[in-house]
Parts: sequence; C-alpha cells; structure tokens
Amino acid sequence: MTVQAWLLDDSPKSRGQAAAGRAYRVTLDLLRNPLAVVGALIIIGLILTAIFAPWIAPESPVGQDLSNRLLPPSAEHWMGTDELGRDIFSRVVYGARITLLIVGLVAVISAPLGLLIGAVSGYFGGWTDRVLMGITDVFLSMPKLILALAFAAALGPGIENAIIAIAITTWPAYARIARAETLTIRNSEFVAATRLLGASHSRLIARHILPLCTSSMIIRVTLDMAGIILTAAGLGFLGLGAQPPLPEWGAMISRGRSFILDQWWVATMPGFAIIIVSLGFCFLGDGLRDVLDPKSEGKS
Amino acid sequence: MGRHMTAISLSHVDIAYDGQRVVHDVSFEVAAGESFALVGESGSGKSTVLKAIAGLAPEWTGQIEVLGQPGSHRPDRTLARHCQMVFQDPYGSLHPRKTVDAVLSEPLTIHRIGGQDARVEQALADVGLDRRFRFRYPHQLSGGQRQRVAIARALMLEPQVMLLDEPTSALDVSVQAEILNLLKRLRRERGLTYLMVTHNLPVVSFLCERMAVMNKGRIVEIAPATALHDGAFRDPYTQKLYAASGGD
Repeated sequence: MTVQAWLLDDSPKSRGQAAAGRAYRVTLDLLRNPLAVVGALIIIGLILTAIFAPWIAPESPVGQDLSNRLLPPSAEHWMGTDELGRDIFSRVVYGARITLLIVGLVAVISAPLGLLIGAVSGYFGGWTDRVLMGITDVFLSMPKLILALAFAAALGPGIENAIIAIAITTWPAYARIARAETLTIRNSEFVAATRLLGASHSRLIARHILPLCTSSMIIRVTLDMAGIILTAAGLGFLGLGAQPPLPEWGAMISRGRSFILDQWWVATMPGFAIIIVSLGFCFLGDGLRDVLDPKSEGKS
Repeated sequence: MGRHMTAISLSHVDIAYDGQRVVHDVSFEVAAGESFALVGESGSGKSTVLKAIAGLAPEWTGQIEVLGQPGSHRPDRTLARHCQMVFQDPYGSLHPRKTVDAVLSEPLTIHRIGGQDARVEQALADVGLDRRFRFRYPHQLSGGQRQRVAIARALMLEPQVMLLDEPTSALDVSVQAEILNLLKRLRRERGLTYLMVTHNLPVVSFLCERMAVMNKGRIVEIAPATALHDGAFRDPYTQKLYAASGGD
C-alpha cells in the first residue's frame, strides 16, 4: 500500500492514521491555492533565513567599517551599507531572527490567552461573560499601536518588553472571536450529549469547544502576523522596540530616515523585507481561511 | 409498587425556560422495562420534559425520580450511568472533529472504565456498524450511521433508561425503519426502559406499550398503544390527532 493510499484510506485503522489523513487532506487543499503556496514559501524562506543567518549573511550584522559608510548597493554589498558602514543585507538577514521571535512569541502568548478567555466567557455566560468581556472591551477600545506604545514606554524600551506590549494588545480580538464561536457551539446537541455523559466543564471547554475555535484562530493569527510585524517595526522605529545595535527592521528604517533623500537604500531595504514577510503571512492566512473554514468542512 | 418497578416517575412537574413556563403539571410513571411514548405536536413541550429529566432544562419544580433517585437540575455523573439520551439530529449530536472511536471512548474515559479498545469494538458491533467505521469522522458517515454512533455512545455506560428525542425524525424513511428495528432489538436484549418523544404515531405502535399525549404543555391523556388500533381515545384533542394521522 502506498503512503498516499494509506493517508487517503476511507476506513483508517488507527487514531494516528485518521489524524494523519486529515492533515494530508488539508495540505492537499492548501497546495491547490497558488497564493497560499506563495505565502507558505515566503514564510518557509523567512524561517530558513533565520535558522541559517550566520551562513547566509556575508558579514557580521554589527561589525562597523567607517571607511565604507553609506555605500550604494553593489556586487559586494547587495543592499548597500548604512551610516556605520555595516552591510545592510547581513543586517536584514539577521533581522529575520528578531522578526520571527516577535511574531512567534506574540502568537504563543496572545492566541491561547484570547482563546481561553473567550471560550470561558462564552461557555459560562452571565456574570463571567460580562466581567471578562468588559475587560476585553477596555483593551479593544484603545488603538493598538498607542496601547503598545504606552506599555513599551512603561515597561522600558527593549525587545522583550515590545513583545509583551504587543501581546497585551492583540489578545482581545482573539477573545472576541473565540467567544462568538463558543456561543454558536455551546447549545449544540453534541455539547448537551457530552454533558449528559458526566463530562466536567473544563473537559467540555478543552476537548470539545476549543478544538472547534482553533481553526478560525489560526486563520486570524496568521492574518494578524502582518500587523504584529508592523507594530513591532513601529515600536522599533520610535525607539521603544529593539535597541541598537540589534538589526531589527523597524529600527533600521528609523536610522535610515535621516538619509532617505540621498541614500535611499538604507531605509528601503528593510522596508522591502517587512512588506514581503507581511504579504507572505497575509497570503498564507487567506489560503488557510479557504481550507480550514468550518463551513467548508466535509465538502472534500 | 416497589422502588425498582418504576424507572421514571414525574409528579406535578412544571418546567420553565427563562422564567416562561412551558410545561404545566405533568405527572406520569414509566415502569422498568417499559417503553413509553410522549406524543404531541411540535411546541407541545414533549422534548422539554425529556430535557428536564436529563437535567438539561434546569428550571423545573415538582418531583422527578429516575430509578428511585431524585432528579437533578443539571447533568449528573451518577445519573449518567443509569440514564442516557439520544438526540433528534444525528448531524448535530456528533462533534465534527472527533472520530467515531473518540466519541465512543469519551464516556469510558470520563467514568474511568478500562478495556476501552474491546468495549468500543463491541459497541460498534452491537449497533450494527462495521469495525472499519471506527476511525472515521462524522462527515464520512451517512445520517443513519451517525444515529447508530449516537445510540452506541448512549449505551457505552450501560444505562437502564434511555431517553429518545425523536430519534428517527431526521432520517430517510428506509433508514428510519432500520434504526427502529435496532432500538427494538437493543431493548429486548438489554431489558432497557425507553421514554421516547415523537410526533409519529406509527412509531409509537411499533415500539411503545403506552403513550401520553401532550398539548400546549399539558398531558391531556395517557393511553395504551393498542388504542392506536381501535381508536379508543377519550380526549377530543387526542381523537383529532389520531384522525389526522390516518386512523378512523
């Protein structure tokens, strides 16, 4: 039996095979969407760049060479050099690590937090709902970047604090989505049937409700990644994110601002990196929405 | 009548949703091993009675007893071992992301019952499902197969009492007959007590011994199922319902 036949078997023989078959089908659907493939390739590129940065980058991201300041792009310096003579291409490559760290940590902190708060709020309703959603609304009512700015300023500038600040501003949107999804699931018959079996509330939320919220959450988080990168870059630009000499893309743009008319490449190159990675996450998110949308579930 | 002779007993039960009373002063008893039907038009409150017994409609007053245990206002772990429910819509009563195996193992996990593998296989066989269905997802099953899984799930904890909420009304006619035969066989083999809600009178005469007719939240008549053959109903509403279903 070939691997493909094993994965697409209509009557799997084990739990593992059933799960693997489902993952395979989702992947197949995703591969049918060209934009999603482009997005996935960009993200994979970002991850590989981050992992292999020391081998890809021709020079150190922090090594200064004041005799080679502000050189235009050339065969030797693909993206030129900045005001301290550092190779911009090397800095952009190392910057992938920081970007990935930021989006990864923000997603890991804010998505589960929002998911849990939303699910608990929607499931129990009543006072729990009012209190939790009240808190969520307070956070939602403030502009994201301003709130992140305030937190970053209060916690002190730095990459870790920028991550915490962004995570604090992103979870309320996820809590809202999770609550809305939970409200539609809460009264369904399979939840009633499981309650009748004697299942506890925590079991119902963790095993029955959260799995149904995760696909819309994955979509939303992927689509939000672009916004997270931009917020991080914005914080970096304002000097509240990554501190010099860390090669964070937003901070790099900020440094290049003073030379933007005469040495355009200093600000533009990291700008391109931000645009491409943001686009990649948007494409992938759109593709995932088509594949994981619960309403299209079971059509394949 | 001894404690164990009565499987379900309701006396003067009122049920409300959000303060709005929908069922008024319902009393009836179902003997152990009996199959009892609640009949009525949609909106007559028959499903609500079932939900109150199961603990899913918490706002009730009066007395509910299941196998001698007083009824609870929320689903209850001990009640779960004795009394289970099968829902109307097999498309809504199975979690869309769980395999048949996961659905059937869950009650065993909740109640810490061992030997899950063998029990799940046995449960599939008992409801007439081939073992190759075990790791399928609900969207890979037909409506009748889903309802078999839902029945198997209800039977996993080996309850004595089954609450059936229109278990066949969402299915094709040919599949309805299969599910009814399955329910009849399971009851005979395990000595189950059925309390079934339906608006379908032929189903009552096939599966049940007695029936209570409900109208606007009240029981208007309790009659033996044989009345469906001879039309021996006293209440004018029941006579109308009987005539509408083709009896004369």
